[in-house]
Amino acid sequence: MGKNKLLTMRGISKSFGKAVIALNDVQFDLEEGEIHALLGENGAGKSTLIKVLTGVEERDEGEIELCGRSIHPRSTNEAQQVGISTVYQEVNLCPNLTVAENIYIGRAPRTRLGGIDWNAMTRDAKELLEKFDLRLDVTQSLDNYSVAVQQMVAIARASDIKAKVLILDEPTSSLSNVEVEKLFSIMRKLRDQGMGIIFVTHFLDQVYEVTDRITVLRNGRYVGTYKTADLPRVELVSKMIGKDYAVLNQALLEGKEEKKAAKRGDVFINMKNVSHTGSISNMNLKISKGEVLGLSGLLGSGRSETARVLFGIDQVTGGELEINGEKVHLQHPLDAIRRDLAFCPENRKTEGIIADLSIRDNIALALQAKKGLFKKISKKEAQRIADEYIEKLEIKTPSADQLIKNLSGGNQQKVILARWLATDPKLLMLDEPTRGIDIGTKAEIQKIVIDLASQGMAVLFISSELDEELRCCKRIVVLKDMERAGEVEGDEISEGAVMQIMAGGEEQ
Amino acid sequence: MKNRLSKLSGNQAFWPVIIFLTIILFNTILTGGEFLSISIVDGHFYGRIIDIFRNGGKLMILAAGMTMVLATGGTDISVGSVMAISGAIACSIINGNLFPQLGGSVAMAIILAVCAGIVCGLWNGFLVSQIKIQPIVATMILLVAGRGIAQLITSGKIITINSDAYYFINGGYILGLPFPLYIVLFLVGLLLLFVHRTAFGLFLESIGCNQLASKFAGIKVNRFLLAIYTISGAFASVAGLIESAGIKGADCNNAGLNIELDAILAVAIGGTNLMGGRFSILSSVIGALIVQSITTTVLALGVPAAYIRVLKALLIIVICLSQSGKFKQYAAKLVSGKKHVRKEAVAL
Repeated sequence: MGKNKLLTMRGISKSFGKAVIALNDVQFDLEEGEIHALLGENGAGKSTLIKVLTGVEERDEGEIELCGRSIHPRSTNEAQQVGISTVYQEVNLCPNLTVAENIYIGRAPRTRLGGIDWNAMTRDAKELLEKFDLRLDVTQSLDNYSVAVQQMVAIARASDIKAKVLILDEPTSSLSNVEVEKLFSIMRKLRDQGMGIIFVTHFLDQVYEVTDRITVLRNGRYVGTYKTADLPRVELVSKMIGKDYAVLNQALLEGKEEKKAAKRGDVFINMKNVSHTGSISNMNLKISKGEVLGLSGLLGSGRSETARVLFGIDQVTGGELEINGEKVHLQHPLDAIRRDLAFCPENRKTEGIIADLSIRDNIALALQAKKGLFKKISKKEAQRIADEYIEKLEIKTPSADQLIKNLSGGNQQKVILARWLATDPKLLMLDEPTRGIDIGTKAEIQKIVIDLASQGMAVLFISSELDEELRCCKRIVVLKDMERAGEVEGDEISEGAVMQIMAGGEEQ
Repeated sequence: MKNRLSKLSGNQAFWPVIIFLTIILFNTILTGGEFLSISIVDGHFYGRIIDIFRNGGKLMILAAGMTMVLATGGTDISVGSVMAISGAIACSIINGNLFPQLGGSVAMAIILAVCAGIVCGLWNGFLVSQIKIQPIVATMILLVAGRGIAQLITSGKIITINSDAYYFINGGYILGLPFPLYIVLFLVGLLLLFVHRTAFGLFLESIGCNQLASKFAGIKVNRFLLAIYTISGAFASVAGLIESAGIKGADCNNAGLNIELDAILAVAIGGTNLMGGRFSILSSVIGALIVQSITTTVLALGVPAAYIRVLKALLIIVICLSQSGKFKQYAAKLVSGKKHVRKEAVAL
């Protein structure tokens, strides 16, 4: 392993306003030729530290040295010029430009006349991507490709810029296992060439698979830096979330008991041969009050699509939908909300949060829509509701006035959850509620789900993480190719059983 | 005290008010106090300040409607043409060319003109919300076609009318103050009441920030867009009435010409984000006063007409710079020479 210090950060502090201290005297160092995991719960300060390093945010205090020289990047562009390049969690490329343009934007090869040398650009882009085993038509616009491919393109772009430091901020959350493997092999290759890689992730398996060292942050403070090989998992987890882990786990175990004890109530949702052209076909699904029903299946199998139809986003084109014994035709989410349905969508950023509004407004929104335009929720009432859920769901924020975009992902998710709980729903649909969220908050959300069901709420739980579904759900319906493929219940539930149905084994 | 001041300066309307007062002060000094003087003739107030409020009436109304359109992330560039249509309809009815059976009723003229504005707004809203045409293109259709429609109504002629009742809309006085001011107070007041007493304001901000998430939260986004463009059209027709009452006739070619740009400028000066989201109707109305006072200033200083536009542009640059957070930071840096003045910047 390289011994030369590549990057050192000392005494970094950053606060937003007076109330939010994002970083407090944090340090970090990176050696040449290492993959260094930056870990911590949501709100621990990982993202802020990355932003400070890449010039997105200006630090209040502290020193950053790159190769022994003090640097002070004021924009991502400046950071790139000194050799720090970044791939963010959400792909930050231009979807309407071509793949090649995206890779070379801002640094396109020039012809002698000073124009852009399109041929060279296309050729170079192709070559670069081939190194990543990606064979794309680089003259196609980027949005023709899946998010996973876009992410790989972003990584290719970042690694091609003559970077000394490559930052990967949650790059794997939208990738499949095969793609993750590919990414890791590229990361190792880059490391062996002497690049220093900072890897931010929530997946502990991946940390142990690919990283050399680990730095842990908690609540904006530096906890410590460890050799990955020397740090047992349990210890890592306890460092990340403090001592509460045992307690949390206990709570979850108790929840599990409750889950077993809870009995199913009346059928609330009854889908009879429901189809929506192009997304689901002949779906039969019953959801009862007081149960957590898992919806499992591969990407594109119709999981989210089922929820969209139930919520009136996509209209039923065939079959019948009954809610609480009544046949319905949902035209708009509001129709579903008025029938006491609630839906936390998968894409928190584009479909969930209203970024520029306060937590209070974000929480009040759905309830207000349910009540209608003219029955305004007073500011006082909205404040009371917000405070109630900030406390109940332990949303970490100085006040309900805070804009939701300033919260970490996990806390944003809790706010969206609060928005729906405030409408007092009878069916709560959660689509990937814990994606991109740290294990501490994850466990909390799972616990909340089980609690809600035990109080009589029906919950539709969609997750691509099987063990999460195993933990929360009493019944799991497995989808395949837009259709229902099978169902497992009670003691039959196991990873193997679900996977067998997913893979196309016989119905159970 | 300091706390109160900082709370005040945090209000969106704070800077527009300061700018407006500065322009007034500037004028007062340059004209040796004449600018501020208000005389009373026949129990009516006269003076430059009164002029600003009277002549700015149209713009204030347009700006109020435009604020909401811009807050959704859209735009409405057809308001000037809608003004022309509204003036043409009203004047044609009054002089009996259109619907002679109404007998030149001023009340019916006004009602039908406003109805025409509503129809125009519905059309814009329909194109934007149902057909999903980009707002600037959708409203461009009426921008171009609107004057043609107005000319069809007036048979291509400039109409002059003779009706004291109609003149009153622009030239009338109540309790010494010009009538357009009351129209502004009524419409803006109504709108503010609607925005603040219902959930309209919350929904509007939400739609402006994120249409998809708003829909998922149960807001009927399309219906809202339709309503908002309709209000903008209705307001434009009222502005058209004031304008045509002012020139005592209908001039389809020049009524409300380029005024959509002034209206958008007024909203921008008011600090509403043109990309949608947070908005303040009151700030936009003050923004409209600023735009109007610039025109009045230029006239008051006796600047040759050829320079008016250039001067206006310069003033706009100064105002926009003073509104820019980045520029303020930069200026503060220059003044104080310190490195980290950024602390209170809008990083949040």
